[in-house]
Amino acid sequence: MSDIALQLKGITKRFGSVVANKNINLCAYTGEILSLLGENGSGKTTLMNMISGIYYPDEGEIFINGQEVVIKSPRDAFDYKIGMIHQHFKLVDVFSAAENIVLGLGEQGRYNIKNSSKKVSQIAEKYGFDIDPEKKIHEMSVSEKQTVEIIKVLYRGADILILDEPTAVLTPQETKKLFDVLRKMKEDGKTIIIITHKLHEVLALSDRVAVLRKGEYIGTVITSQTNEDELTEMMVGKKVDLNIKRSDPVNPQKRLEVKNLNCNNREGIKVLNDVSFEAYSGEILGIAGIAGSGQRELLEAIAGLQHIEQGDIIYNDPKTEKSENLKDKTPLQIRSLGVRLSFVPEDRLGMGLVGNMDIVDNMLLRSYRKGKSFFLQKKEPKTLAEKIIRQLEVVTPSANTPVRRLSGGNVQKVLVGREISSSPTVLMAAYPVRGLDINSSYTIYNLLNEQKEKGVAVIFVGEDLDVLIELCDRILVIGSGRITGIVDGRTAKKEEIGYLMTNSNGGKDNE
Amino acid sequence: MNNSLKKNTHEPFLHITKRGEMPIAKAWIVRLAAIAASLLVSAAVIVLLTGYNPIQVFKAMFSGNFGSLSKVRTLFQNIAMLLCISLAVTPAFKMKFWNLGAEGQVLVGGLASAACMFYLKDSLPNIALILIMFVASILSGIVWGLIPAVFKAKWNANETLFTLMMNYVAIQLVSFFIMLWVPSGSSVMGLINADSRAGWLPNIFGQKYLLNILIVAVLTAVMYFYLKSSKQGYEIAVVGESENTAKYIGINVKKVIIRTMTISGGLCGLAGFLLVSGTNHTVTKELAGGMGFTAVMVSWLAKFNPLVMVLTSFLIVFLQRGAGEIATVCRLNESVSDILTGIIIFFIIGSEFFINYKINFKSKHKEEK
Amino acid sequence: MLSTVCAFINAAIIQSIPLLFGSVGEIFTEKSGNLNLGIPGIMYMGGISGIIGGYIYEKSAENPIPILMILIPLLSSLLGSAFLAFIYSFLTITLRANQNVTGLALTTFGIGIGNFFGGSLLSLFGETGSISLIKTGLCYKTPLPFYTKLGLFGETFLSFGFLVYLAIAIALISSFVINKTRVGLNLRAVGENPATADAAGISVTKYKYLATCIGGAIAGLGGLYFVMDYTSGAWTNNGFGDRGWLAVAIVIFAIWKPKSAILSSLLFGGLYIICVYIPGLSSSAKELIKMLPYLVTIFVLIIISVRRKKENMPPASLGLSYFREDR
Repeated sequence: MSDIALQLKGITKRFGSVVANKNINLCAYTGEILSLLGENGSGKTTLMNMISGIYYPDEGEIFINGQEVVIKSPRDAFDYKIGMIHQHFKLVDVFSAAENIVLGLGEQGRYNIKNSSKKVSQIAEKYGFDIDPEKKIHEMSVSEKQTVEIIKVLYRGADILILDEPTAVLTPQETKKLFDVLRKMKEDGKTIIIITHKLHEVLALSDRVAVLRKGEYIGTVITSQTNEDELTEMMVGKKVDLNIKRSDPVNPQKRLEVKNLNCNNREGIKVLNDVSFEAYSGEILGIAGIAGSGQRELLEAIAGLQHIEQGDIIYNDPKTEKSENLKDKTPLQIRSLGVRLSFVPEDRLGMGLVGNMDIVDNMLLRSYRKGKSFFLQKKEPKTLAEKIIRQLEVVTPSANTPVRRLSGGNVQKVLVGREISSSPTVLMAAYPVRGLDINSSYTIYNLLNEQKEKGVAVIFVGEDLDVLIELCDRILVIGSGRITGIVDGRTAKKEEIGYLMTNSNGGKDNE
Repeated sequence: MNNSLKKNTHEPFLHITKRGEMPIAKAWIVRLAAIAASLLVSAAVIVLLTGYNPIQVFKAMFSGNFGSLSKVRTLFQNIAMLLCISLAVTPAFKMKFWNLGAEGQVLVGGLASAACMFYLKDSLPNIALILIMFVASILSGIVWGLIPAVFKAKWNANETLFTLMMNYVAIQLVSFFIMLWVPSGSSVMGLINADSRAGWLPNIFGQKYLLNILIVAVLTAVMYFYLKSSKQGYEIAVVGESENTAKYIGINVKKVIIRTMTISGGLCGLAGFLLVSGTNHTVTKELAGGMGFTAVMVSWLAKFNPLVMVLTSFLIVFLQRGAGEIATVCRLNESVSDILTGIIIFFIIGSEFFINYKINFKSKHKEEK
Repeated sequence: MLSTVCAFINAAIIQSIPLLFGSVGEIFTEKSGNLNLGIPGIMYMGGISGIIGGYIYEKSAENPIPILMILIPLLSSLLGSAFLAFIYSFLTITLRANQNVTGLALTTFGIGIGNFFGGSLLSLFGETGSISLIKTGLCYKTPLPFYTKLGLFGETFLSFGFLVYLAIAIALISSFVINKTRVGLNLRAVGENPATADAAGISVTKYKYLATCIGGAIAGLGGLYFVMDYTSGAWTNNGFGDRGWLAVAIVIFAIWKPKSAILSSLLFGGLYIICVYIPGLSSSAKELIKMLPYLVTIFVLIIISVRRKKENMPPASLGLSYFREDR
């Protein structure tokens, strides 16, 4: 190992009352690939944002090549040759690739986008990227956009590269290509920090692994001297069998039938391709897949929020035993059919709840239409709010506190509490434990199990495979908008699901 | 906000972060301090221009507003009209629909009233004429408000710019009709039905404008409860906070936009009716007199709360009339009131920053370590 | 007939200049993501600051030198309008106040200042009457020396004071700066996506301040042209009218392109006065014709919304304030 390229001492960052990073000490050597490992919400991105000048630390020092530095803005970060590739791309849609790449550069000489384009092509050629420098960003695919981001950093001659979950949006082939590039850059003497929560990638790529958990620094290990078990333990705390209880489905009945569903996203690109499956009462159906494979669109299509190009969604009513097609119905029409469909969306404060409203008013979201009165009835929602606060142990000053001031776990309890209060027959939850601490996560698992035992058809979209395997009765795997397999939660192997997730072409065979 | 960068040595001089929440009492102290500061600056400006001492200035302002019964009457009438238009734009703003077209919506409302008065004259009983004027004004305001709303709902056309342009179409429309109605080619329309007083709102209890004021008072209360306690008001709040949430719970966002702009435009039309039928008894291009824009500020300063709007519109009208008095006394131009209005709004909207954000100074930062 | 047409074109050009200054200034501002609805106020301010500067100089100097009679009002106009734009910038960029409310307040404030000093300047100096800076006005109106030699063409296109050529030059330069330079690229990035610009190391705050203040100063020149050239150094209250809002309309009509603003201003300027050149129009029909600029702007606004072509949309962050640590 050679010199220390980057060192962090005692870094702390708070957002309001939330501590995102607490006294972090970390170093990266010149010419190594360091993995920054941690679960969703462990503070990896926040930490790296402070190195790249997006945030400014509340406490602590940063050293570059042994010198203490102050990074107040991304410009400072560039001056120290630090480049970050954000998970959410920072690109201007109406600009071309080349324009985005030279953006903000203080290059000498006259501005000439043609020369810049040539230079971009040279870099692309050197590392084996395929890119058209004059193509506009809004016409590009996700992986093309990522390529632009990487070239942007290379163009600036960065010595320290930070990549935030770069593989989340890539196909296995693209991932392999990316890793080859990263290794080449390492040989060039560059320092690479890659944020991830995928263990096999960590082991395959990095020299050392630094682990964060809940905003705290746990430790750093050398990759060749560690294994998945040790890393998992560092990442999640002591090695736990998740021990989520799972009862056998009682009297399962076909509640929801999705048939040959096809949907396009806003840009008109196909995101769901001939999706068919059934959801039964009294079971939890898990949905696994790489982020952005069509999970959101699938749930929204069922909830009546997404336009369906083709296909049917049949709901079998347990009481009347009638079947209804939910296709082309608005959420309101679905409810008026007597379909009790609850939906815990991924974006809690942006969709499921209104951040600036208090808990009572958020209860009203589902029930405000009740009654014929022109005015709102606030009594029932107030009772409901108090009941949820009490039963789910929501930590809040009062029922009149705006929900945006609650912590993530408590926000989720309010949302799930409201959604199950209407005694649904179908409950859909997208990433319901994302960003939650262990205790809150278990509260949510228990709530889902309770619903299952009550005979609700639960659909659970998750990202943690261990949770999916322990919680769900069946797991549906989705890859690039196709169903690539449906496995039994009791017998499924993680590797099997992992394989199905990345194998988006085999969909047809498995159906 | 940050000073020039000096590498390796200094931390930023100021560092700004978002505040969690400021207690309401403290927030009001900040706002009151801003108002006090703006009044001081306004006084300083007047003192500089007139050579009065500050006490004389405030005395003149006071007498300009409360000096006589007719002044008090006009004061309340002005407050009522500004408040009425502010109430009209508020539901739209709460929905985050920037209705900057109140000026035009008031104008077409007034124009409709004037047209009824001009064409129907005293052919109908006065009460029937007034009712027709009332309905016609509100309908015209609704049409003027709905045009941009439909394009916003359907194609997401930028409503700020759209409503702004509609104002000037309305102004030209008024000019057109005045030219049509006034045969001499003069661009001034005199009192309509000056003799018969047909279509003039009656004085009640012998007081001019009292009916206007009462109507607006009722409207204030209605709007307060509409926004706070009605289902429609709740939908407006949800759409304003997050369109995604609105769709998620099945609110038809387009419908809410159109319904709310119907209310907003209709109330602007009502203001036009009150101005023509109850106040001026004629129509001019300056009927709304910039109140459509001032109303935007009144509503914003009051954080969309109709009760607080009573105070903010009082503040602005008081200042404008006081400044007008000083200008008359000192033979200065009355536009000094616009300068003062500008100053006071700058201070109050600037003060919101100190309520929403926290400034951490460098020294404090060091101490924390 | 030909001479009428030429007279019309000449008059249209004269009418278009305040609009051109105003719209180019606003395009510059909006490219940084600031929707400055204070532009009408700023244009009044640009006019009155020029008047005040010119008045004080004409009054104090015994033999005013032409070059100073031009430079002093020019400078005071630039400073006055940039100052108002600075107030807007400080409130919206640093204090993150709402852009629409700040802009409208600024318009009230600027028009107030214009009319107040326009109406009270003389009485503040103990004089009576109305402001009329004939000498300064003449300096501003000095045309190109050789235009008379070019006959009707010269009369129509070259008989103007220097501010006319300056307006066109500024529009062309702005177009070049915005589209063909690194500064322009950065500026557009700030207006499209400030978070991206920030991450690329561009000082969003600096660009927004500079674009708004420079844009304000450019727009203010429209007011200066109006009082010095168009009205020959005389001020009448509210004389400038609603040209400021017309300039805001042109920004949309020209779909945020300074070069298109030249022709758009000419068109709007022409529509503003065409009724004088159409014989036999009733005075009421004239008012309807004056409505046309706003109607076509609304039409353009609808077309770009319906077509949704990314390149023709307003800057994506227009009207929003930027705070780096928002999450």
